[in-house]
Amino acid sequence: MELHLLLLFMIITAIIAIEVKDLLSSVVAVGAVGFALCVAFLILKAPDLAITQLVVEILCLIILIRATIKKDLPLVIEGRWVFNTVSTVVFVAVFLFFAYAALRELPQFGEPMMSVVKKYLEEGTSETGAVNLVTAVILDFRAYDTLGEATVLFTAVIGIMAVLRPRGRKKVEEKE
Amino acid sequence: MAFEQKSGMSLIVKTITRLTVGLILIFGIYIVLHGHLSPGGGFAGGVIIALAFVHLMLAFGKDAVTTRISKEMASNLESIGALMFLVIALIGYFGGSFFLNILSKGTPFELFSSGTIPLSNAAISLKVGVGLFAIFLALVILEGSKREK
Repeated sequence: MELHLLLLFMIITAIIAIEVKDLLSSVVAVGAVGFALCVAFLILKAPDLAITQLVVEILCLIILIRATIKKDLPLVIEGRWVFNTVSTVVFVAVFLFFAYAALRELPQFGEPMMSVVKKYLEEGTSETGAVNLVTAVILDFRAYDTLGEATVLFTAVIGIMAVLRPRGRKKVEEKE
Repeated sequence: MAFEQKSGMSLIVKTITRLTVGLILIFGIYIVLHGHLSPGGGFAGGVIIALAFVHLMLAFGKDAVTTRISKEMASNLESIGALMFLVIALIGYFGGSFFLNILSKGTPFELFSSGTIPLSNAAISLKVGVGLFAIFLALVILEGSKREK
């Protein structure tokens, strides 16, 4: 149920990102799609993908906003030092508390979590028929991940081909 | 070859290239086809296949390759590779879900085994190899058009 709501939200936001005229609003809408995808990964119990999605999304958003804003935003720090200091201390304290709680949950060094890996190692060959377990994981158990990687490369090639055209499409039309 | 006198590197490089480039290509194809049996797979094999063509281009000059493979053809082939991978993913729906391995598994340690995995490897190698080669081709064509000006 939550997943379907999220998917609906993502589709609507993506349409907004395409249709809206203002470039910055479009970037913000794209960011909303990315964060919704991150939550969707969490619901589907894929935390590693969620972390990757979150980090990449933040980086892309920063670069895109940097590219779309023409001039620097003013940074006002005078007369606000009390609020700034208090908020910084509060956020550092909250971060340290959650980091401590999370690090306590991690297994000891040298004791890997074998719950998923064990299944792959034991049943990989019998379930996929592939002797090379790395291939069995990337093309069978985690094939969706590989599809995403291939798409990343495809997008990169398309971008390079678009940037490296010797002459633009407009000039060719003018010559004709 | 007609291009020997015009462009490219020296005679020694050309001779050695003529001897080695076929071996490099065959090694790349081997890496792709044995992806489910030995280390390697579509990504690595595709890069090796692309490097064989890049090698040819470096030794014999750009005309030796650009007259046979155009940039449009390269990008079309890359798209075909990507579509092949997607089609393999959608084939899984005949068995119930996305990317389900529905073809027969075969016996382990044989070339024709493990269902869709070798097919996926071939699709990925086409995509990766032609994609990287297309980038190299685009850079070369850009450099050539700069020199003409």
